[in-house]
Amino acid sequence: MTANDASPHHLQLTRDGQLRHFLTLDGLDRALLTDILDTADSFIEVGERSIKKVPLLRGRTVVNLFFESSTRTRSTFELAAKRLSADVLNLDISTSATSKGESLSDTLLNLEAMASDMFVVRHSQSGAPHFIAESVTPGVAIINAGDGRHAHPTQAMLDMLTIRQHKGQFEGLKVAIVGDVLHSRVARSQIRALNVLGAEEVRVIAPGTLLPNDVESLGCKVEYDMTRGMSDLDVVIMLRLQKERMEGALLPSEREFYRLYGLNQEKLALAHPECIVMHPGPINRGVEIESAVADGPQSVILNQVTNGIAIRMAVMSMAMGGQVAERQHKLSERGQA
Amino acid sequence: MTALLDMDQLLDQMETGLRQVLEHRGVESPVLIGIRTGGVWLADVLSKRLDIEEPFGELDISFYRDDFSRIGLNPRVKPSSLPFDTEGRDIILIDDVIMSGRTIRAAMNEIFDYGRPASIILATLIDLGARELPIQPDVTGRKLALDAHQRVKLRGPDPLRIELQEAGQ
Repeated sequence: MTANDASPHHLQLTRDGQLRHFLTLDGLDRALLTDILDTADSFIEVGERSIKKVPLLRGRTVVNLFFESSTRTRSTFELAAKRLSADVLNLDISTSATSKGESLSDTLLNLEAMASDMFVVRHSQSGAPHFIAESVTPGVAIINAGDGRHAHPTQAMLDMLTIRQHKGQFEGLKVAIVGDVLHSRVARSQIRALNVLGAEEVRVIAPGTLLPNDVESLGCKVEYDMTRGMSDLDVVIMLRLQKERMEGALLPSEREFYRLYGLNQEKLALAHPECIVMHPGPINRGVEIESAVADGPQSVILNQVTNGIAIRMAVMSMAMGGQVAERQHKLSERGQA
Repeated sequence: MTALLDMDQLLDQMETGLRQVLEHRGVESPVLIGIRTGGVWLADVLSKRLDIEEPFGELDISFYRDDFSRIGLNPRVKPSSLPFDTEGRDIILIDDVIMSGRTIRAAMNEIFDYGRPASIILATLIDLGARELPIQPDVTGRKLALDAHQRVKLRGPDPLRIELQEAGQ
């Protein structure tokens, strides 16, 4: 494998620039991200009908391949696939064949033999979905549902959809991402998406111990003091404190973290009066966010969940569409040869 | 050719045809649904001509097309919008051009996902024949037989006009 082959944006686009896998936001331009948001808008409308289902992926098989459990992400992917009329298989790999010694490649070969058309992959190792996309049979689409500390592109895109719904556009917006950026796969994807879509300023607000070394190179400003960081904000995105990932003493205590970086009404009052509050869930009430804020009028946390289904429907149908278009293209080339 | 396709005349024909069908079937309060994009422009015009005050619906059939496995998803899809409950309603479904009938099949499938209508009347501006499915319009502005290299397209919304294109243009 050469470095060029490994480049994810060659891997995830067809030769005419359509999505065929969805692994990372790296290499995707504003036009494509906007297409994803526009397509998702149409799927939101489907979710309001009496029959919340369209026949796009009828007869296709989607396998949710979760090497790391995540109830919310898995269930929204499952619902999204079902609303596209696909057949869905949920595989919790941590309790399955790999614990009997089967290798990842063998597991995949078996699933491909069941004529699967799409794998939705969640893995604790960065790059796992990318690895699978490289080795999978042509025609099978891979969707990244979160890998290591690397990326969580559907979560970032559902956040973008939520922001666009409430603010109309990205130009001129000041957005802050607050909390455990170091362990967050979604923060990287969010910073990337906000920059590509044209937000005026992206800020990260966190203690130095919860920021990666290279954070500014991702395209954001750093603010250690939340009281200063909240000024002029149009959007504040709270991150979950990933307690299960916390290694070593990065924080003095939860209570201390809440005092410094938790979002309460006093801190929110420092932002723009129409600032919206977002959180990927599940919420640690009283650790990152005060209940009065999470349930308050500026909170759009539940919109994010609804939008998550629409974004996943959009990405799944676009990637599947890219795969079939590419297969058709190859067939016609072969026909001409 | 353009003289044969006088828009007012075609719309008169559709209006008269629709009034007759509605009367014949005893339909009193129909709702209009236009298929994007041409059908929506026509629904706008016809709702005024037929004095239907209830706002018309707009249908984008991209999610219901039968050629997804050949060409993938239409990247220009927009949300459908039906500002009424279709359950039990008499619907006038409008499109600009009917040919294979596949668009209408997709549109009817989509309408049923909003609820079960009492009836659907199909009205098209132009019928090009060449049907591939057993679907026929109840009302049509004009039947047209094109040469193999010719295409017809409705331009609009204001003014509405029909363009006859030679293939490759």
